[in-house]
Amino acid sequence: MLKRTPLYDAHLAAGGKMVPFAGYEMPVSYAGGIEEHNAVRERVGLFDVSHMGEFIVSGPDTWRYLDHVVTNDCSRLPADGVLYTTMCHENGGVVDDLLVTKLADDRALVVVNASNIDKDFSHMKWAASNLSRSRVELHNASDEWALIAVQGPLALEAIKGTPMLAPVRDEIDGLSYYRWRSFESPGGRVLISRTGYTGEKGVEIFVPPARAADLWMELLAAGKPYGAVPAGLGARDTLRFEAALCLYGHELDDETSPLEAGLSWLVKLDKPEFVGRAALEKQKQKGIKRKLVGLELDGRNIARQGYAVMRGDAMVGKVTSGTHAPTLKKGLCMAYVDADSIDADLTVQVRAHTVPVKRVPLPFYKSRARD
Amino acid sequence: MDLKHLKFTKEHEWVRVDGDEATIGITDFAAGELGDIVYVELPKVGASVTAMQSMGTIEAVKTVADLFAPVTGVVTAINASLEQGPDLVNKDPFGDGWFVRVKVSNRKELDALMDHAAYQRMIGK
Repeated sequence: MLKRTPLYDAHLAAGGKMVPFAGYEMPVSYAGGIEEHNAVRERVGLFDVSHMGEFIVSGPDTWRYLDHVVTNDCSRLPADGVLYTTMCHENGGVVDDLLVTKLADDRALVVVNASNIDKDFSHMKWAASNLSRSRVELHNASDEWALIAVQGPLALEAIKGTPMLAPVRDEIDGLSYYRWRSFESPGGRVLISRTGYTGEKGVEIFVPPARAADLWMELLAAGKPYGAVPAGLGARDTLRFEAALCLYGHELDDETSPLEAGLSWLVKLDKPEFVGRAALEKQKQKGIKRKLVGLELDGRNIARQGYAVMRGDAMVGKVTSGTHAPTLKKGLCMAYVDADSIDADLTVQVRAHTVPVKRVPLPFYKSRARD
Repeated sequence: MDLKHLKFTKEHEWVRVDGDEATIGITDFAAGELGDIVYVELPKVGASVTAMQSMGTIEAVKTVADLFAPVTGVVTAINASLEQGPDLVNKDPFGDGWFVRVKVSNRKELDALMDHAAYQRMIGK
């Protein structure tokens, strides 16, 4: 049985085309994916991402514990900070990529991929049991929050007229990238964070499920003068793809290390200890065997996940994500390629066609105004 | 267009028969499922196509699909507008978004196709 977010009815009313995704019925598009993609690049789009998982970590050892379970360094987090990080297995493979929000010295909000909620929670419980005498509690709060992302160059302007967000209206302009604010509202706490998954400026708003539909309608109304439109999973995927943001199940999985994925900036080997540290340190010393690269395809060809990357007759890699990039208007893909072949002449096997590709820097697209 | 005069395949192509020529496209349901179509690869005029074998490719942002030949025959025309405007398939799947015309070599194959009511049932409408 598929779950529905609190915004299900609002999606149907807006003409959302619903598809199963990570156990939820989610809107893949409303007016059309490319139109929604362009709205986010040029103006502003609203996304329902209530399917994402939220965990609350609490207790005196919250931060000692989190620094044990994630690869990035939580001790550097300011009091209103958010941290993007990976969480690894002992073998260095990625359990998930996630956001850690510092709510207090003894409390954190952890946001994980919807498809990984159960796996992540088990892994985090296991990691807690590893840590001797740790005073930490884990709570799966995924059903206690709805989550709305407002993304695009006009996102901050567009949300200011929202009555529900009035308590933080004057703080929105001063809110830096990867910082958050929260306030008590009738129905529960609302948390707004300067984060997102589109490569554009924007916020993600955590709201109690009972208030979610009201907030959504208010955001649409306040955003209307700015050209705000609801945007679905389709646009979310092409936006994150152009910005070369990793998607679990594509660029990341249990067998792939963050070092291979170009996420070495999330791996703080100067931390004395964390799950996966030994394997990652060894991998770094021996040299990374395959790397995530960006490729541009010749002609009007589109590479898809799983297509082979060839060097002559030898397969030297595999495509992780690919599409016709709506903003850049070319066929692009990300692929894992053997490290000794990344600068060679490569082709991608698009069904019966052997298509020449050229390596291009990641990200494919960088917003002028994200931060 | 009156869809009741069209024939349909289980792969979601539609066929409109005029004399011995069949105009072929994909249904609004199929176009909606594929999402934004960004490129179509069509057979050449003069090419022979075989019933229920792939004669082209439809690339959408999110996925790729084969274009199947509903009937056996020879391609007499292709919709050149799709080269620059593949989104015509999303905008007007039963009209300007048509794909190819085929001279039908065996009209009996047309009898094997679904009528509009049967197609609507298949897609659960």
